[in-house]
Amino acid sequence: MKKVRSNIEKRRLSGVTAISLMSSLSLLYFGFISPGKDKTTFGFVLNNEWVIIKEWVIASATGAKIFSLIAVVASIIAVLAFRANRKIVIPAAIATFGILMSFITWVASGKFIPFTGLLQGALLLAVPLIFGSMSGLICERSGVINIAIEGQLLASAFVSGVVASLTHKTIWGLIAAPIAGAAISFLLATFAIKFSVDQVILGFVLNVLVIGLTDFLYKKLLVPYQSTWNTAPTFGHIELPILAKITVIEPIFFSQSIVVYLMFAIVATITFALFKTKWGLRTRAIGEHPTAADTVGIDVNKLRFKNVMIAGLIAGVGGAYYTVGSVGAFGKEMTAGAGFIALAALIFGKWSPIGAVFAALLFGFADNLQSTLTIIGVSIPSEFMLMVPYIATIIAVTGLVGRVRAPAADGVPYLRGGAH
Amino acid sequence: MSLELRGITKTFGSLTANDSINLRVETGQIHAILGENGAGKSTLMNIVYGLLKADSGEILVDEKLVDISEPSDALNAGIGMVHQHFMLIPVFTVAENIVLGHEKTKKLGFLDIAGAREAIRKVSKDFGFEVDPDAIVETLPVGIQQKVEIIRALIYEAKVLILDEPTAVLTPQETDELLKTMQELKRKGTSIIFITHKLREVRAVADQISIIRRGKVVAAVSPTTSEGELASMMVGRAVDLAPVKHGHQIGEPILVAKDLTVRDAMGTAIVKSVNFHVNAGEVLAIAGVQGNGQSELARALINLEDHIEGSIQLDGSEIRGASIYDSLHAGIAFIPESRELDGLVGSFSIAENLILDLHDQAPYAKGINLSASTVLSEAEKRVTEFDIRLQSVSDAVSTLSGGNKQKVVIARELSRPVKVLVASQPTRGLDVGSIEFVHERILAERDQGRGVILFSTELDEVMALADRIAVMYRGEILEIVDSGVTREELGLLMAGVVTKKASA
Amino acid sequence: MAFTLTGLIIAISDAKVLAKFSSPLEFFKSALATVGNAYLALFQGSVYDVNLTKGHTFIHGFYPLSETIVTATPLILTGLSVALAFKSGLFNIGAQGQFIFGAIGASYVGFHFHLPVGIHILVAALAGALFAAIWGGIVGLLKARTGAHEVILTIMMNYIASYFILWVLKTQSFLRPGRIDPIAPEVNQSARLPLLAGANFRLNFGIFIALAAAVFVWWLLTKTTIGFKFRAVGANGQAAKTAGISVPFVITSTMMICGALAGLGGAVQVLGSEYALNADIAGSFGFDAITVALLGRAQPLGTVFAALLFGALHAGGRTMQSSTGVPLDIVLVTQALIVLFIAAPAFVRYLFRIKKMNTSASLTSKGWNG
Repeated sequence: MKKVRSNIEKRRLSGVTAISLMSSLSLLYFGFISPGKDKTTFGFVLNNEWVIIKEWVIASATGAKIFSLIAVVASIIAVLAFRANRKIVIPAAIATFGILMSFITWVASGKFIPFTGLLQGALLLAVPLIFGSMSGLICERSGVINIAIEGQLLASAFVSGVVASLTHKTIWGLIAAPIAGAAISFLLATFAIKFSVDQVILGFVLNVLVIGLTDFLYKKLLVPYQSTWNTAPTFGHIELPILAKITVIEPIFFSQSIVVYLMFAIVATITFALFKTKWGLRTRAIGEHPTAADTVGIDVNKLRFKNVMIAGLIAGVGGAYYTVGSVGAFGKEMTAGAGFIALAALIFGKWSPIGAVFAALLFGFADNLQSTLTIIGVSIPSEFMLMVPYIATIIAVTGLVGRVRAPAADGVPYLRGGAH
Repeated sequence: MSLELRGITKTFGSLTANDSINLRVETGQIHAILGENGAGKSTLMNIVYGLLKADSGEILVDEKLVDISEPSDALNAGIGMVHQHFMLIPVFTVAENIVLGHEKTKKLGFLDIAGAREAIRKVSKDFGFEVDPDAIVETLPVGIQQKVEIIRALIYEAKVLILDEPTAVLTPQETDELLKTMQELKRKGTSIIFITHKLREVRAVADQISIIRRGKVVAAVSPTTSEGELASMMVGRAVDLAPVKHGHQIGEPILVAKDLTVRDAMGTAIVKSVNFHVNAGEVLAIAGVQGNGQSELARALINLEDHIEGSIQLDGSEIRGASIYDSLHAGIAFIPESRELDGLVGSFSIAENLILDLHDQAPYAKGINLSASTVLSEAEKRVTEFDIRLQSVSDAVSTLSGGNKQKVVIARELSRPVKVLVASQPTRGLDVGSIEFVHERILAERDQGRGVILFSTELDEVMALADRIAVMYRGEILEIVDSGVTREELGLLMAGVVTKKASA
Repeated sequence: MAFTLTGLIIAISDAKVLAKFSSPLEFFKSALATVGNAYLALFQGSVYDVNLTKGHTFIHGFYPLSETIVTATPLILTGLSVALAFKSGLFNIGAQGQFIFGAIGASYVGFHFHLPVGIHILVAALAGALFAAIWGGIVGLLKARTGAHEVILTIMMNYIASYFILWVLKTQSFLRPGRIDPIAPEVNQSARLPLLAGANFRLNFGIFIALAAAVFVWWLLTKTTIGFKFRAVGANGQAAKTAGISVPFVITSTMMICGALAGLGGAVQVLGSEYALNADIAGSFGFDAITVALLGRAQPLGTVFAALLFGALHAGGRTMQSSTGVPLDIVLVTQALIVLFIAAPAFVRYLFRIKKMNTSASLTSKGWNG
């Protein structure tokens, strides 16, 4: 009798097959059929680290072959893991890494890749995504869908930029940002929890509201009176003393603006809190089975409200990154869909904090790769490169990687008792 | 601890769910509340537990008035509840479920689970349960999950324990265990309110019986009352506990299932290679406690499941793997387990629901055009034929009562040419009148030469209607017996005990 | 109510008004004046402007009305696209991307080929609708086969579409000779939708296409078996499936038809008013469509009216922006607020403390007190 596969197995199978196929293709194409003619140079220096790793120069073809080979080996491990019914995530991730590196080596033939810079850029681009997905995580784990992350990021970017500009101090901007995020949260929570409005529509409408308001105020105030309203100072880098000189990982982890440090702290706190504390247990309970939580005396809607507000604060800090955390000035719709990608990262990461962070990093890497390649003058049309994060999101959401299970009561307003 | 309810009244719009209810439970007493589905028992208990607020009336604990507006108030007053539909978080462990709501924390807000584990082990030992505190609830068998709920109530020192239809999901053997546990609890001083509609259990353990009908307490009697009397009081008239089976002709096999297997989304087999057949003019009942694969098997018969292997032959043609549409139109009528979720589109009109599966056939449609007038006129005909009580066929079907909703589903399914009727728990949640209607209909279909496959967890129903009975246990059909089988034998089979008996 | 709130925002943000903050009375006068001017401009921009009649006939005053209709036409189509999806239980946020593809298709056929007048329009419009149907169908297929949420899918597809059009406009076949900015050649005369009120007005045949589409959607939903399936799946997918309706079929075909509708919107915009494809062809039509559909409660007729209302707001908004300096984006705010209040009837009741019993009481008491 033929072995019948479940849906999840089918998708894992297609994921494994896809990885294997792409690894082999990568080996063939980047290594043999159309190899780069030149040498690719990987640079590993960014700031003044202690140990300077010399640039790594490698013939593009060889490099591609090596990385593709790694990918192929990893794919084989993935297939074996699949047959043994074990997790395929780790070998799949290695294979993806190999394919990516192979691609980079191939496409940057004859050019210079600032590798550490690439990684750091990836992290920086991922910052708002991580904040956004943490915000989404808390909401969704509590059972509330938050499509308004985009609005929260944009609103807080605006508010922090404006406040910092008006007060000439970055710290006020950083303080004002979470308040903006919380304000949007307040609207979301009130309408979704108290008035049981459909959460997807609500989130969407809030986004439109924020876009309209910020665009309007931008044209009315920020552009004509730029010096008052839109010249925010930015946070400089804070270098942790000794750690800041370690090579490669240094610039990434130990020499960042305060916003990024806050991010690390928040992620760690949430991960710990969600699984090890009373708050975490109750939060997960109301997202999975609110009626059960109610019967043991937990006020479901109050906790949901509180959590949505907390999530708003977090998203707010993420929004601050856009202005006081990096460029200083507010630009029209500068979040460019980051809120939605954050949501996708959350889903890709299967509603777990660590998963979401890795997903966000992956998206950040894809985004940064695109701009790096454009800068160094690679031949692929930039528009297609710009599409990459969005295509990656689609791949993520259609579950080619594994089972996706949302909190069971996600998106359903809680009404006690029900009709008879 | 004694519990008294005085004059509890609760209305939902025009429906009076509880009408001035008086009830008293003494310390260490088992008080049974008997009533049909929809009589108002669950509403009453939800009020006692704080999930609903009564419109008027008082609750007294140990002769003192208490105000219960939240479950926490009830818990503080020493009232614990084991719900009909478990209030456990499936993805949490046993320990996590039990600490929820009463969490103890260590420094820095760390959750203290170790303490809970100890308490769980102790209570389990005291009562002879065997529950692993770190097991994930959704992996546990239903009987054990129920024990988790009981343990939870005991750990938080409930002095009054409310059990809401606890035996609905248990095998006869597990039921006996539960009844023994109840008596043990009573011995240790816990008062128990036991809600059920099963006469046998009530007479076995109750000290006092209150009978609720249409929201009122109609009688308070002792357990020595006969089953027949209890049943009459429950429904308000003399009840014939066993409908008469007319003589009928049994024909050739009309549906044959061979090596039928159904898997869930993760690939595990829920229905394991079952074999059975139903003949034309016969009722085959598939009995068993809820959760042994019957729901999946029923759905598989019209290909409503995703992973089906094996063979289903309808009147000689293979239909396994066909689309749901084709399965239905090949001649299977399907009454789903949940009429609201799977059977009807609530916001559609009654007329539209009546053509849910026929909307693209003549005479309702020509090509892609739908003929509204035909839909309405045909609907009127069905309403008369099936005696559906309504205002207008254009009303939303959600306005109908449970019994009438089920009639709509039945009317729809039987308006097509049908060879086999598959009915999955068709009388669940219905009042006695509607139950009688459904039973009559099933027998009528049988008399007209159809094959009927009836999935039911109600022993009485099975024994009254079936010509042959197949018992499902953990995904397999243990045995197929004929209607002469006794309750005890059926009970054993439902618990998985196979005796060497001849099967049909 | 939404208008009041909007007025508030307009007033507060005006620099002149802020300057007069010190004196309350002056503040109010100035605020009212600013707001009043804004709304007047809005009306003048959307319905009738007396000023335009100077030197021309009475009819010319209606130029703004024709602008409203022209603006509303693609909005009707995209609004229908979203509304139809709602009826099947889907959120079609992707109207924007589908619109873009429709515009691309129509534009290409429009400038690349030479065909007899009526046929050219037909082919161009169909090409647009087809492209967009495929774009929408991809989402439908993905959702049907993998269960992925269409909100995220369509949002991503929108971004992809917006980059796609940027690239397309750079390719050889789409470059307009003589220009280096991303704008395609104008469609040939034979492909343009006929003007309905003479050369001075932009009112074109597109409005009839849009209204026909509305009738089509209404017919589809209420009078056909396919519409029945759509509505059943939208109302209770489980029951529909149990009754034999193929849910994957409904999802995929809904998205295709919705794609086609939005694409038709894009086609009409190109063939009827813009005539040339540019990067900004979709404007905010896609997102406005969602607010339109919500306001119209996903009914075809309601959608048409909602689209006309928002078309008026936009057309008027342009005039408002140029004559009073109030940025057009405030219209977005108004739109969002309107939708918010529509979507939350409970909130409105709470705000106005309307309780069911009190209204009858107040009526009688009024009667006695006279």
